[in-house]
Amino acid sequence: MKVIKESLAGTLESSDLLVKVAPSDKGSLDIAIQSEVIKQFGKQIERVVTDTLNKLSITEGSFVIEDKGALDCVIRARVQAAVLRATGSEDMDWRKLS
Amino acid sequence: MKLRRSMLFVPGDNAAALSTAFVYQPDSIMFDLEDAVSPREKDSARLLVFQALQHPAYHEIETVVRINELNTEFGLKDLEAAVRGGAQIVRLPKTDTAEEIHELEAHVARIEKACGRSAGGTRLMAAIESASGVVNAVAIATASPRMVAIALAGFDYLVDMHTRRSGGSEPELFYARAAVLHAARAAHIDAFDVVYGDVNDDEGFLREVAIAKGLGFDGKSLIHPKQVELLHRAYAPTPEELEHAKRVLAAAEAAHRNGLGVVALDGKMIDPPVLEEAEMVLERAEAA
Repeated sequence: MKVIKESLAGTLESSDLLVKVAPSDKGSLDIAIQSEVIKQFGKQIERVVTDTLNKLSITEGSFVIEDKGALDCVIRARVQAAVLRATGSEDMDWRKLS
Repeated sequence: MKLRRSMLFVPGDNAAALSTAFVYQPDSIMFDLEDAVSPREKDSARLLVFQALQHPAYHEIETVVRINELNTEFGLKDLEAAVRGGAQIVRLPKTDTAEEIHELEAHVARIEKACGRSAGGTRLMAAIESASGVVNAVAIATASPRMVAIALAGFDYLVDMHTRRSGGSEPELFYARAAVLHAARAAHIDAFDVVYGDVNDDEGFLREVAIAKGLGFDGKSLIHPKQVELLHRAYAPTPEELEHAKRVLAAAEAAHRNGLGVVALDGKMIDPPVLEEAEMVLERAEAA
């Protein structure tokens, strides 16, 4: 899948996160994570984000994550929603979303 | 015995509500992809519900997903998310005919097969929200062996009937409640009463719970977590009811032991329906 346009998914409310996606000028995959719990859970959040992107075969794009204490399942869902919007995907491959 | 007293609505796009709803311990949690979610957030909510269904906290509780109607652009996508996510029950809104249940059943079977979920594992329920739905309630309730419940949804139904909630004894809902309840009983499935929208009016809520319980509804659809405990308390057998049920069953056992065909308690004969009701009171108390 290829990021072809900017997208947003999620909110800045408690227990949620906002995912901002944009195409990469350099052809690289850049992930920036901000979180109130970055010291305790920063690595875990990063792992969930990168695993989710890997499953969706995303190798390029700029991802900015603003976390507000979301559970892993919420992080996964918001990243997936942002990617599907940014790639203009209509048909879901559910095996890649589990 | 599976108790279905409380079905708590959780908006499918609300991450905080999805992350905490299980702590209120309703009998069933209903993730809503229909009215609670705006059209532009349907895609994101669908993924949120799909992921939440797989969270271990929701493996301990009955999960329901209210999908959009199948004739909308969202309905089938919602159904894919619900069945593949592992929802125990799919709730179809605005059900007017048995054919809609047949169509839903066929799609569920197809998706179960495609994702390797056991055939028949996904159960169904229908919300009755119109005069047509009420008139066809028996056909809807008996439309599939997957059906486990039907629910009356008051807002749309009353609009369809050109009336509104009056409060008090609510004569405007009496026929629909009775029809939905009879359909559920004839089909041997559960029946849910309407939601009570004013979450700050506990007195009005409990008045309505008393009407639903008195008619024989198994439970209500709820829109706020605070209503769960109120409802469970109202549905719990009173100590007097429990004591009476135990005495009835003890008298029946004693009569059986002594070879007596007629059971009596305090000088009154106990008919089979009284025994059945006493068993039901004990079952409910144990299940709660």
